[in-house]
Amino acid sequence: MVQDKSIGSRLFDIANCTLLALIGLAAILPFIHVIAGSFTTVAELASKRFVLIPTKWSLDAYRYIFSTNTVFRAMAVSIGVTTLGTAFSMLLTSLMAYGLSRRDLVGRSGIMFMVVFTMLFSGGMIPTFLVVKALWLVDTYAALVVPTAINAFNLIIMRNFFQNLPEGIEESAKIDGSSDWGILFRIVIPLSMPAIATISLFYAVTYWNTYLPAILYLNDAAKWPIQVILRQIVILASGLAADTSGLDDYVRPPEQTIKMAVIVVATLPILIVYPFLQKHFAKGALLGSIKG
Amino acid sequence: MREATAPNTMAAGGKTGSGLMKRIVKNRALYLMILPGFLFFVIFKYVPMGGLVIALQDYQPYQGILNSPWVGLKHFRKLFADPQFFMILRNTLVLFAMNLAFFFPVPIILALMLNEVRNQLFKRTIQTMVYIPHFMSWVIIVSISFVILSMDRGILNELLVMMGFEKINFLMSKEWFRPMYILQIIWREAGWGTIIYLAAMAAIDPGLYEAARMDGAKRLHQIWHITLPSIRNVIVVLLILKLGDVLELGFEHVYLLLNAMNREVAEIFDTYVYTAGLRQGQFSYSTAVGFFKSVVGLILVMAANWLAKKAGEEGIY
Repeated sequence: MVQDKSIGSRLFDIANCTLLALIGLAAILPFIHVIAGSFTTVAELASKRFVLIPTKWSLDAYRYIFSTNTVFRAMAVSIGVTTLGTAFSMLLTSLMAYGLSRRDLVGRSGIMFMVVFTMLFSGGMIPTFLVVKALWLVDTYAALVVPTAINAFNLIIMRNFFQNLPEGIEESAKIDGSSDWGILFRIVIPLSMPAIATISLFYAVTYWNTYLPAILYLNDAAKWPIQVILRQIVILASGLAADTSGLDDYVRPPEQTIKMAVIVVATLPILIVYPFLQKHFAKGALLGSIKG
Repeated sequence: MREATAPNTMAAGGKTGSGLMKRIVKNRALYLMILPGFLFFVIFKYVPMGGLVIALQDYQPYQGILNSPWVGLKHFRKLFADPQFFMILRNTLVLFAMNLAFFFPVPIILALMLNEVRNQLFKRTIQTMVYIPHFMSWVIIVSISFVILSMDRGILNELLVMMGFEKINFLMSKEWFRPMYILQIIWREAGWGTIIYLAAMAAIDPGLYEAARMDGAKRLHQIWHITLPSIRNVIVVLLILKLGDVLELGFEHVYLLLNAMNREVAEIFDTYVYTAGLRQGQFSYSTAVGFFKSVVGLILVMAANWLAKKAGEEGIY
């Protein structure tokens, strides 16, 4: 936009940017508060001097939460589910997306409709649970991955991406005698790394945040991922939530610092990975959103 | 020269028997690629849809679908006669209306604001900050809220006391549930929601702004008369999709906030389905409830889509 130097315009800019700065801060302040609070002592928090920066540093809270197996175990489960789940989802999604991106495929629009329809209507919690049960997946780690393997939205994004690759590439490879598999693995995939990276990240975040499938399908507390443990400690231990099943490891309500430490642990991988990948996320959401 | 003839087959309306079969066979590798995903959708999306029939039965797990007795609309009648039904319906509709009124405009306004920023570094910094909450699970969002809003040393109550006010029991009160719910949604999703609007705004012809400026239009006027109308169809599409989401969205979120104290305003269809179905084992009844909810959502989407088309906008189908 060409510079507009009028006073009104400048005032607008100042007001706008100030507001935006406040909004940005509001978005991240709670995180800062929690992260900082996890690194201090209970006494410090209670003294009311603390808001954002601890005057007294301490690892008490972390020592406490790692003193038993619970948090370790849950982290391990979450890491495993995230890595294997993302790989599995990407495999299924990419294959299907590539197949659906080829315009001369018979039945293509029918299958696409089938996919899109699931975004508008579903069988619901109980019928899905019964299917998972019928497949003997209840109380298995697979229940955290298989029933949610493909996200229709991600599928559409990938398909659109593959569709927009230059057609000449596929054709010249075919003339050279390459099979569809060859084209996919040797040409299309290397060209699609940005989309693959982005969608992988979307899946990874979803898997790391797994909560609902865990409480639906897992009865064995040892298999719970970190988000479920987080809920046990912060939400349930407060004695406030609807059902209080499964409170075994922590008997008295945990201190604020401990709750904060568990929150940090449950959030850490995302916060670490995020700054490097933020621009990929935003671009990826764009890739398919408008056309999809 | 297969390549030269394939397009001709299609152009000639390749639905002739041999042309069709040839295309299917030619693409057999592609069908193989689609197969696993296709099976996924069939097994985990469409079979459960078929499983909705248990809403018309007295489903007993040990007898299975084929052997459970059929009871017709008994569960639906029970649902409408249930005194809790209206409470749940009211809660669901209120939360949805609040979502629409208070949350839906926020990403739009935020995008409008971000769009006006000329300094790219500042813009990207703010975007980075407001995207973060989107990646946090609801457990994390609610947990952080709990820590901050807690009566026992939560920072917000501490600040209230310092300013001379009484402590407020946010987490357990009925009055604060709805505001808390909406604020959490705004915190989590407003930033991420700007992406699609910003993309649409980026496509607007700068010449329009030029012309407006020459005519003496102020910044706000430019936004109102140029930017907003240009993203109108994006807004409409997202509105329609949101309607489809209406009764669907928010189970994890509400479930985490639900407790005995705020149940009267917090219980929605999904949490009721979960409690009645998986906790109390009323499979058929809760499926009926869920079915009702899904159907209403679908009807709303179709109605909204039809309305949008009537008004001249593109729908989603």
